Parts: sequence; C-alpha cells; structure tokens
Amino acid sequence: MKTLVLMEHDGSALRSGNGAAIGFARELSDDVCGFLLGEDLDAMNCEAAKFAPVITVDDPALADPVADRWAQVIAEVARARGAERIVATSTTWAKDIVTRAAGLLGGAMASDVIGHEVIDGELRLRRPMFAGAVHATLTLEGLPQIITVCASAYEAPEPAATPFAIEPVAANVTELPGSTQLEEVEGKVGARPDVTEARIVVSGGRAFNTSQDFEQLVGGLADTLDAATGSSRALVDAGIVPNSLQVGQTGKVVAPELYLALGISGAVQHLAGMKNSRVIAAINQDPDAPIFEFSDFGLAGDVYEEVPRLIAELNGS
Amino acid sequence: MKILVPCKRVPDPDQKLRLNAEATDVDSTALTYILNPFDAIAVEEALCIRETTHPDAEIIAVSVAPAEGEDDLRTALAMGADRALLVEHDAQLDSWNVARLLAAVVEREQPALVIMGKQAVDDDANQTGQFLAVQLGWSQATFASQVEFTETGLRVHRETDLGIEIIHVSLPAVVTADLRLNEPRYASLPSILKAKKKPTEYTTAEELGVKPEPRVRLLSMELVHSQRNCEMVTSARELILKLRETEVIKG
Ligand SMILES: Cc1cc2nc3c(=O)[nH]c(=O)nc-3n(C[C@H](O)[C@H](O)[C@H](O)COP(=O)(O)OP(=O)(O)OC[C@H]3O[C@@H](n4cnc5c(N)ncnc54)[C@H](O)[C@@H]3O)c2cc1C
Ligand SMILES: Nc1ncnc2c1ncn2[C@@H]1O[C@H](COP(=O)(O)O)[C@@H](O)[C@H]1O
Repeated sequence: MKTLVLMEHDGSALRSGNGAAIGFARELSDDVCGFLLGEDLDAMNCEAAKFAPVITVDDPALADPVADRWAQVIAEVARARGAERIVATSTTWAKDIVTRAAGLLGGAMASDVIGHEVIDGELRLRRPMFAGAVHATLTLEGLPQIITVCASAYEAPEPAATPFAIEPVAANVTELPGSTQLEEVEGKVGARPDVTEARIVVSGGRAFNTSQDFEQLVGGLADTLDAATGSSRALVDAGIVPNSLQVGQTGKVVAPELYLALGISGAVQHLAGMKNSRVIAAINQDPDAPIFEFSDFGLAGDVYEEVPRLIAELNGS
Repeated sequence: MKILVPCKRVPDPDQKLRLNAEATDVDSTALTYILNPFDAIAVEEALCIRETTHPDAEIIAVSVAPAEGEDDLRTALAMGADRALLVEHDAQLDSWNVARLLAAVVEREQPALVIMGKQAVDDDANQTGQFLAVQLGWSQATFASQVEFTETGLRVHRETDLGIEIIHVSLPAVVTADLRLNEPRYASLPSILKAKKKPTEYTTAEELGVKPEPRVRLLSMELVHSQRNCEMVTSARELILKLRETEVIKG
C-alpha cells in the first residue's frame, strides 16, 4: 500500500520520534516514502533519506508550521501521489496539522496507535482510550487511512548503507490560505533532554513544594543520571514546573528504559503517560499509593530525605 | 457575537470501568457522567469573553448525545451559557461524524467562534475540533492556553511539545482548549436553579440533514491491568542496587 510518512522537524533538525512512524509503516508495506515540508530542508532531507525515499516540498511559503497551510499541502501531495496510507508519530504537531490534513482527505483517522495486526487483509489498530484504562481495537473505513503512532510503540529501522533518493516536489503555494500567522515561539529553556527523548526520566509530583526544591532534588537526580525531568500535572497547575514537563493523558506519553516517580500518587491520568516504561521505580511516603501497583521497585519514604541519599549513592559518596 | 461551545457527556474519570458483555463498549449502566473537563474549560473561556471584551456575546452549548445529555448541557447552562442545543443520538459516533453534526449546527447558528475541548477524556481522540475547522474551511487554534481578541481576530497561545507558540487567526475560527486556559467556575445553587428555566432545543441528525458515514469501526475493547509486581526496598542504597542489577542504570 502506497504510504507517506510525515517527518516532523523543528526547522533545523528532524525529531527523533519520526523513527516510530517509519518503523510502523515499514511493517505494513514496502512502498514507503518519507515526506518533508518546510523551508531550507536540505540537511533534513539527507537525514530522512537514510530511512526511505524522500519527497520534499521546500518553499518559503511553508517557513512556519501553520496548520491550514501545511495541511493543504499535505493533502495535495497525498492526492497527487495516490497515497493510501499516511503515517506520523503522535505529537502536538501531528495532532494539529496531520489531523487537519486527515480532515481534508476524508477523515479516516486513528490517533495514538500502540499496536496492530492484519487479519484477512484487514488492518486492525489498537489504541488507548479512557486514559489508557482501555485498549480498543478498530478498523478504518475508506482510503486514505491516516494513522499516528505512539513514539514508544514502534522501533525505528536501521539507517540504510546508501541513502535513498530525494525528490523535490512543487506545491501550489500561491493558493494557500493566509488567515493564520505564527507570531512567536517561546521555546523551552534548559539543557536537559526532552522528556519524550530520554533513556531515563525522573519525574516529580505534588511532594515537591517549590521550584527550587524540584530543581535541586528532581533536577539534581536527573543530572546525575543524564536523564530528563518530568512531572505530574499537580506541579504544572501549581506553577512549579513548565507545562512541557507534564507526563500523562493530557501531557506527554513516554516509555523510557527507566521511569522514576518521586512523590507522585499514580492517578490514572498520570499512568496513561508512563506505564509502558520498561522499568518503573517509585518513592512515596504512603505505602498504599497506587503508583506502587504500577512499579517494579518501590521505596516507602520521604522524597526530601531519600532523593539526596540517591544522589549521594550514585556519586559514590 | 455568537459563541458555540460543543459539550461532550463523558464517564466521570474517577470510577472503575467495566465492559459490556460483548466487550464492544464500556458498561454504562452503573456509570456516572460529567461534562468533559476540557469542555468545561471552553465554557469558562466563553464566559470570560462575555464578561470582559464582548458583553453582547451569546453563548450556545451544544451536545451530541442520548437524551441524558441534557444533564451535562445543564451544567454548561448553570455555569452561564445562554441556551443549549441537544442533537439527540444514541449510537457511538466517531469524531468525523460528530464534527459533521457540529458543522451543521454552525451553519444554522452562524457563530463567529467555536470554543471546544482539545480532547474528550473517554475516546482521547483529539480530532473533532480540527475536523470541524476543516469542514467549515475555518482557521484553527488548537491547545490554547491563552486567548486574546485583536482588531482582526484572535491571538492565541498554544501549548506544543516544543514550548508555547503564539499564533494569530482571523475569525471565524475554531479554538480548542488546553488545561491551563482557565479554571472553570463552579455553578452556584441559584444559577443551577436559574439554568432550569433556560431554553434547551432538541434536534436530530436527520433534521440537520446529516447521515452518519462511519470512518472508524470499533471492533472490541479490553481492560488494561498492571502486569507488574512491585518489589519494595527499604533504602535508597538498595534501590540503586536493584536498578543496577536490571541494568537500567550503569556503573
Ligand atoms: C481531564 C484531566 C486530565 C489530567 N491529565 C493529567 C496528566 O496528563 N498528567 C497528570 O499527571 N495528571 C493529570 N491529571 C491530574 C490527575 O488526576 C492527578 O490529580 C495528578 O496526576 C496528581 O498529581 P500528583 O500525583 O503529583 O499529586 P497527588 O495526587 O496529590 O499525590 C502526591 C503524592 O505524593 C506523596 N507525597 C507527598 N509528600 C511526600 C513526600 N515528602 N515524600 C514522598 N511522597 C510524598 C503522597 O503520598 C501522594 O501519593 C488530569 C486530571 C484531569 C481531570
Ligand atoms: N458528542 C459530542 N458532543 C459535543 N461535543 C463533542 C462530542 N464529541 C466531541 N465533542 C467535542 O470535541 C472535543 C474533542 O473530542 P475528541 O475529538 O473526541 O477528543 C470535545 O472536547 C468536545 O468539545
């Protein structure tokens, strides 16, 4: 089935999560093309061409990732190419732009897919609902199918020894809508890796009373482990950490090798974002906290006492 | 100015779910329902707009739901919406078809703005707003954490993976609410009583001229249980030891 994989980038580099979308697409079809749009894409095209042939629309009119413009170009190219399946990794970019493109292409879309099987030629997709308390199995009616996959659910393929071809395509940019403008991006601050892209995530919850405490304890432990920091919504609501750290149903979904939950109760909405991590360890002063049910290792204790001990232990003192 | 606020009836997230006998849906018999939390945020935003910049705004809450959906519309009315519209529909609908029904309501009501939740906490689809915007040919501003009127439209702060993005959209537009947009108010007892007198209109897909065309066919559901067995340790040192043994931390 002719498949386009939409490759997300931040204007200068591809996002690492794209690998999941390529991995998923390749499991289902040999006819897979990467698709990039934006401006000044040369370096990113080359990067993408390590994994699949690349179609690219490189145009100043697409400098900013604005939903109405980008969705229109995606739909136009998908139609021109006769794409039957369009795949992307589930991110806020995909939720905004790819969903709009799906609307232009007839609305047969499944988001946040975590598994699939093909039965009698029919593609069955599995996705979480009810904050992950339920997994639903569904099929899509009609073509093209638009599918976003969870970054943690599929593996990126190995890069090829010789890169695939890159094919520039012109889109009809003079007819693009102009009713949305990007004015500003207040990027994230801080040097730690993004919570979706780290091998180890150290997350803090309501137990932490101030930003300073969070930075010193959660941040301090994360730096010792070369990890990203994450948080529950409680700390985002309290203004203790920025929103970009929130893990959960309405934040980011992560599945690192190790997830450390510090002073987090384990509400279903939080679990939705981390319960597929490979190893989960929790520290909570309440031995009956639900988070322990979802953990491999638990320590009943006060994070203000235990986290400094962990840091000291790791530093070998 | 008219503001339309789609309001979905969803199971209260704070309860244990069971499945029906065929495992095709959750067993709704013993469930309590609430207004989708993100839609309560959308109602609140519409109220704020009326209270600050647009005192003439008329706020219309609309739900696609079985007859019981009226309860959740009454929540919106008690918060302060002016009137409500229930599109009575019993069967499960995917986001595409909900968007088609909402688009038909928009054609009828001609609002300048639709504010809705970014995601319904039952299906977690995060699609309806984008589909509605595209069907109407309107601009969209998804995952809004701040909305401000300008001479020509709206300036919206959006919550993205890469940080806050500020966009400007002209009207009409669809805005989808993220959690930090506001704190929805609780309805007071007098306003709950007053809401009972506010008008609710009823219609159906047929009356709106929309025949559902499924895009997603739900085959089955399965409850997810934790597979983990937690091993309790007694000290920070022991925890590090275990994590080294499982090789998730090195050294
Ligand atoms: C629509 C909706 C969407 C939501 N989306 C998300 C989401 O995406 N992500 C998310 O995280 N939440 C989300 N929530 C909120 C969620 O329901 C919980 O309220 C939240 O996860 C609780 O955060 P917490 O565990 O940090 O706080 P609490 O539930 O208050 O738990 C704090 C825990 O810390 C322990 N503790 C306190 N002090 C100490 C100490 N000194 N040492 C050790 N342990 C201590 C306590 O025993 C307790 O278990 C959502 C809610 C709704 C309604
Ligand atoms: N049946 C419905 N009735 C009214 N609004 C709905 C309905 N389903 C979805 N919506 C709206 O669309 C938003 C996103 O829903 P979803 O795409 O299902 O995640 C919700 O927050 C509601 O505002």
